[in-house]
Amino acid sequence: MAATLPPPRLLPSGDSAVTVEFSRTIDEDANQRVLALDKALAASPIDGITETVPTYRSLLVHYDPCKIGFDALGDKLLPIAIQSPPPVTKARRWRIPVAYGGEHGIDLEDVAKALNTTPDDIVGRHAGGDYRVAMIGFTPGWSYLSGLDKSLHMSRRQNPRLLTPAGTISIGGVQAGIQCLAAPSGWHLLGRTPVRTYQLHRNPTFLTEPGDRVTFFAIDHKTFDELDRAAEAGEIIAEQVDA
Amino acid sequence: MSRLIVASIGPASSVQDGGRFGAQRYGLTVSGAMDRLSLAAANTLVGNAPFAAAVEIGPFGAAFTARDGAVRVAISGAPRNADVAGNAVAMDNSVTLKDGETLTLGFARGGAFTYLAIEGAITGELVFGSLAVNARAGLGSPYPRPLQAGDEFSVDAASGAPEMRIELPKPVSGPIRVVLGPQDDEFDDANKALFLDSEWKISATSDRMGYRLEGPAIKHLHGHNIVSDGTVNGSIQVPGNGAPIALMMDRGTSGGYPKIATVITADIGRLAQTSAGTAFRFKAVSVAEAQNEAKKFAQTIRTLPDRLRAADSVALNIEALSDANVAGHAVNAVDAGTWQVTTEP
Repeated sequence: MAATLPPPRLLPSGDSAVTVEFSRTIDEDANQRVLALDKALAASPIDGITETVPTYRSLLVHYDPCKIGFDALGDKLLPIAIQSPPPVTKARRWRIPVAYGGEHGIDLEDVAKALNTTPDDIVGRHAGGDYRVAMIGFTPGWSYLSGLDKSLHMSRRQNPRLLTPAGTISIGGVQAGIQCLAAPSGWHLLGRTPVRTYQLHRNPTFLTEPGDRVTFFAIDHKTFDELDRAAEAGEIIAEQVDA
Repeated sequence: MSRLIVASIGPASSVQDGGRFGAQRYGLTVSGAMDRLSLAAANTLVGNAPFAAAVEIGPFGAAFTARDGAVRVAISGAPRNADVAGNAVAMDNSVTLKDGETLTLGFARGGAFTYLAIEGAITGELVFGSLAVNARAGLGSPYPRPLQAGDEFSVDAASGAPEMRIELPKPVSGPIRVVLGPQDDEFDDANKALFLDSEWKISATSDRMGYRLEGPAIKHLHGHNIVSDGTVNGSIQVPGNGAPIALMMDRGTSGGYPKIATVITADIGRLAQTSAGTAFRFKAVSVAEAQNEAKKFAQTIRTLPDRLRAADSVALNIEALSDANVAGHAVNAVDAGTWQVTTEP
């Protein structure tokens, strides 16, 4: 019989949702358990659950209290949540083109200065990373990535910007991100991608899923403009490879 | 087909329905009506499904004109003066606009949002099952933005059905009920008590994304940065400055501030209709009690059609009339949103 893991905390988020919390910090194992529970619930749905939202350390489970109560739902969730997550066998991998620096990455120089190195070195460390989509949130398609090189961990900006451009590629704390729509952000802007992680009227509307692998590669600003036009027309310009 | 033209409209007015569910995992905001009961009441009056798309009208006035035929509409929610060609229209009533007639609505008198439902409902291109406007993401149909004068809806010609009024349950008064958590353990007992025992006011800078609360500063035990996790309608998060924000329908799907409590489903519409500057309190209830209230709320919405009455059978309560000191003012005499003129059905 498979060993069971410590149970998560079941925290009520009002009367129609429960936060299944595996950890209070960013933790790769906790995130694997979140994604495993999410998958298990998709494979064998529990009557009354309306949707689930995986995040770094918890799975938010929305449900209809007319169909199932908090205690009854908890009793069904816990046995699934303490199973060891199955090993990650195959995940999709996206290769995402990024125009680093200049007008597209206005913080690249400052990040290099703060870390006592050159912009090219920062680009190398960022593009060289092997990332995983830990969660998608805040605004449509904003993909939060785990796997940022430790040497690039740095505090967020003191003064968050009220608006950062669509497609921004940025880092904040221990996280890296692919942002789809223009939005406020306190992260450091390293570049921009022409890839739309969210695009209405495109199939699929959402490109990335929690659990997907991601790598970046640098493109020049002219290539950015070409790819941006193709993406605007609905082309999926991110390269998909099997991990 | 007839057309309903937006002759004039203030800010914070948009097409809303029951909301856009199923894609919160991709960061897609749910949106939808701030006061679901009032949306459902307005829709029920004209025979629509309770959460069909309707116009959510913000605190300022608005006017709508029928063209190319008659249009049947109904209003519910924040009370306001309303008339068609000089004839008063009561809240929670339907009315048919003849071709060329205009329904004029005044400012909200208390509350913020009034719902204008149109017989046959507003139609458009569904995205994730919803027409609700989410201006940030450019979603919503027929207009993916707040409404402007000159906008128009293609709608069914009025059916000629008799006009109806709806006898809504007596409004709940008293504190806004919350379930503590999910991160109430990020606050000590003194600060939880401060949250529950203090008087709060909604800041004028609030919007469909969140209601900022003015009151004492709530202190965190371990700082204000937590790792982002999921939010729900009614999550009350406490950012670094200690001023809580109740997340409303246009909330981000995840957030990184500790959430001290969550407004119960049955009271979110009440919070949404609390005017800026009006003092109110919170009260903690158990999950079981909140779920009981959620079931009753769902039952109320399901049984709204049983509350329809012929529009001309208004039961006037003379005592209430004189109490409100508006005797003789026909506009208010049938305005159940201002005070109770009907008995509980």
